[in-house]
Amino acid sequence: MCLAIPMKLVEVAGADGVAEVGGVRRAVRLDLVPGAALADHVLVHAGYAIQVVDEEEARATLADLALLLGGPVGPADVDETMSGP
Amino acid sequence: MTGHAPDGYQDPALVRRLAEELAAQRPPRRLTFMHVCGTHENAIGRHALRDLLPDWLRVVAGPGCPVCVCPPADIDVAVRCALGGGAVLATFGDVVRVPSRLSIEQARAAGADVRVVYSPADAVRLARETPGREVVFFALGFETTACTVAAALRAGPPQNFSVVVAHRLIPPAMAHVLALPDVPLDGYVLPGHVMTVMGTREYEGFAARHGVPLSVAGFEPVDILLSLTRLVGLATRGEAALDNAYPRAVRREGNPAARAAIDAVFEPVDARWRGIGLIPASGLALRPAFRHLDAAARFGIAPDPTLRDIEPGCQCHRVMLGMIDPPECGLFGRTCTPERPVGPCMVSAEGTCRAWQRYAAGAPPAHRSGGQP
Repeated sequence: MCLAIPMKLVEVAGADGVAEVGGVRRAVRLDLVPGAALADHVLVHAGYAIQVVDEEEARATLADLALLLGGPVGPADVDETMSGP
Repeated sequence: MTGHAPDGYQDPALVRRLAEELAAQRPPRRLTFMHVCGTHENAIGRHALRDLLPDWLRVVAGPGCPVCVCPPADIDVAVRCALGGGAVLATFGDVVRVPSRLSIEQARAAGADVRVVYSPADAVRLARETPGREVVFFALGFETTACTVAAALRAGPPQNFSVVVAHRLIPPAMAHVLALPDVPLDGYVLPGHVMTVMGTREYEGFAARHGVPLSVAGFEPVDILLSLTRLVGLATRGEAALDNAYPRAVRREGNPAARAAIDAVFEPVDARWRGIGLIPASGLALRPAFRHLDAAARFGIAPDPTLRDIEPGCQCHRVMLGMIDPPECGLFGRTCTPERPVGPCMVSAEGTCRAWQRYAAGAPPAHRSGGQP
């Protein structure tokens, strides 16, 4: 029950929203993420968004690992990490 | 979207390199870390991560399954609201088959009106849609779920709605395990989604007070291996500190709105854990302003403390505390299966026995294929 799915907010209407992942859309409550905006990535648990995912941090962690371990971090990410801040 | 989890965080090549990095560490002794999250145990099983660990490193599952640790007395209160009280029982699906005096599934067979819901918001909506019926929501889960229930209760449910509260808190259980002489641990992998809600601030004090390193882990294979690598480093250096290996989702302050919701609606109380017993300040109860929503009080039902936690032969109480692995239970895979479970650990999707049973046989995961031995 710790299961929380990263999803993208595609509709926001006050405390109600719609999030999407893999082509599947789901109603989500936004009571707990008052600052969430359209296109944010959120963690969804039991029908509620419980956190906004920091995409920059997501990229930064993978980039750090690439530096630490050497080599690209994944086929889709190579160009992203090569471009500078 | 490129760069977005989970893609990069599942990359098989990165997983292999992280595993090599981990195995190259040279700690001064064998290390055992515990996680407290059924979703972590499932991720470990799905990606066969234990196969990648060096033999000096052991990762054990702790009491991280909220359905498994829910006392049969709490399930029984929910059932009696429906059977005796005539209420519609709205419940998460995962607890429906967990044994009690009657499981919720058995209660349904006996005529109880049971509706499986995915969200507390669904239970509230059900109450709005059936104004002539009492609707009771069975609220269990750890902090991650408690904040969603708190939000639903604060939003002002209708008068025909009430709740059986059975939430439990992670840190007291972690402290309880550390005090057990027969479960020596070198640190904890912290549950990323409890942590995304609660934040890391209070856990810094936990690490210092208990003298153990802690690392917050996400749920992809890269997340888990990274967290383990960080824990090995902390343990090797003798640092009882907190590390956050899931910064994309976990901040020091957590989610302040979610924490405020929990604080507004609930207060910590001493609580029993199935198979474990009483752990101080480890449960949540409704604060006075919300007690009118308490189903047990509304229906005049007191919990029955005589209900048996663990059936004869069942070893869930030892599995949940990391004392044994599921195959060491004589019932595992024989008389205890997901189809015919004896104990909660085999029923719940977050249960350790269920996870081991699910991943015992199957196709090798991606990181193993195509690589050199």
